[in-house]
Amino acid sequence: MSDLQAQDFIRISATTLTPPTARNHEQEVAKLIDVSRCIGCKACQSACMEWNNLRPEVGHFEGSYDNPMDLEPSVWTLMRFAEWENEKGDLEWLIRKDGCMHCEDPGCLKACPAPGAIVQYANGIVDFISENCIGCGYCEKGCPFNIPRVSKVDHKSYKCTLCSDRVTVGLEPACVKACPTGAIMFGSKADMTEWAGERVDELKSRGFENAGLYDPPGVGGTHVMYVLQHADKPAIYAGLPEDPHISEFVGFWKGLIKPVALAGMAFTAAAAFLHWITVGPNTVDAEDDHHAEELIRSAKEKSA
Amino acid sequence: MTYPKGTIVRASALTRINHWLTAGCFVLLVLSGLAMFHPLLFWLSNLFGGGQWTRAVHPWIGCVLFVSYLGLIIQFWRDNLPGMGDVRWLAKINRVIVNDEEDVPEVSRFNAGQKLVFWGMAFLVPVLFFTGLTVWEVYFGAYTSIETQRVTLLIHSLCAIGAIILWMIHVYAAIWVSGSMRAMTQGYVTPGWAWRHHRLWLRRLVETNSRGPTPGANHDLGR
Repeated sequence: MSDLQAQDFIRISATTLTPPTARNHEQEVAKLIDVSRCIGCKACQSACMEWNNLRPEVGHFEGSYDNPMDLEPSVWTLMRFAEWENEKGDLEWLIRKDGCMHCEDPGCLKACPAPGAIVQYANGIVDFISENCIGCGYCEKGCPFNIPRVSKVDHKSYKCTLCSDRVTVGLEPACVKACPTGAIMFGSKADMTEWAGERVDELKSRGFENAGLYDPPGVGGTHVMYVLQHADKPAIYAGLPEDPHISEFVGFWKGLIKPVALAGMAFTAAAAFLHWITVGPNTVDAEDDHHAEELIRSAKEKSA
Repeated sequence: MTYPKGTIVRASALTRINHWLTAGCFVLLVLSGLAMFHPLLFWLSNLFGGGQWTRAVHPWIGCVLFVSYLGLIIQFWRDNLPGMGDVRWLAKINRVIVNDEEDVPEVSRFNAGQKLVFWGMAFLVPVLFFTGLTVWEVYFGAYTSIETQRVTLLIHSLCAIGAIILWMIHVYAAIWVSGSMRAMTQGYVTPGWAWRHHRLWLRRLVETNSRGPTPGANHDLGR
């Protein structure tokens, strides 16, 4: 949404050119979501709506704490509540704040056909530039986390911006500011990783042997990371993917076949042109005309 | 419809309208599709009023082409049924390519090359149509899973490339074989053209005193 200077882009969708690279010293940022400290108050959801001026349509109670039930063009973050029975038979209430993970290697950006509709800033934030979006939904195919949502009203795709407008001026994202328990932290990726290490150690000392940081390498790491009590089973957190990566189908479609297709077309055109200037047109000659007339005349005589 | 004296009808007015409706749609689909396929060609979206319009109009044109091509299938399928003659013709393709057709087998209404284009498109057009429906975000995006759409988009792209290459061959063949373009614009060919390129077809027309395009139609050969 927010439109920073082009100099801050390190990745731009649908371009064959290298983005400006002179600014190469910007610190990468990250949001750290400590699931073990989340109380499910949804303050982050409210803050997101407040800051970004989002007012999704009021829905109906569906028998779940999830409200609304899914991400939407105007729902950029969402608490997902999961009940999990652990090995001791105790119930654990796992509440995960879902939203864009701001992948280092963003599948949405890779799949996007519209130049500059998806960009990645030097600080790592992946942002959708609505004015360039054509509403095709390719970003949904590229995303390994099922995050972007295309609006049926304006045919633009939407997702969390990591409050890029706030971050640019030195503020933390709205959700971070609103969190009452410190479950959502924001800072440089290095600091957040270090802090997560301390939290993981603490959780381990409390008996969560498999506690760990979720920063999946399949997408080059993410700029939104989770501290999970059970990092060996991300799926129990409302279907967090085990090993997210850009689909091979998307990789092939957006990789190899693009140059091969253009080459194939160019080759066909070149072959046709070569044929034209060497062999040339296949034209009817007087002999053909003569044979044809003979055939028609003899048939007429026969029938007469 | 009147045709010049002594000519043979190659394509009826209905066939020509059907063909050019398909052709027009195909060209528009290629331009709008390539705009969304390769960043180097995104500028083509300007022809359609920008990216949003390109994305919006592409599937509708696809629907028209699908129906239109069904019309071509109905009109042409019978004369495109393959036979042993096609194998013999293809065996001599190296002679055909260099315009030396002395001992190339006689060809009926369509040669094996034309049949390959016809059946190739008859396969690709429906595949493109149905894979296209699955990724028509506005109306059908919710009916299939995203994983399915990843696969259908890939198939759609591959088939589109195949169709474009087939189409380029088709267009060049029409330029190469002089008189073919007129056959699909004004609808007629000279008897000499029919003798040279579709001799079996001409023989059958003569047998039934037909002026074309199919034996039995227009019993006014020679007028």
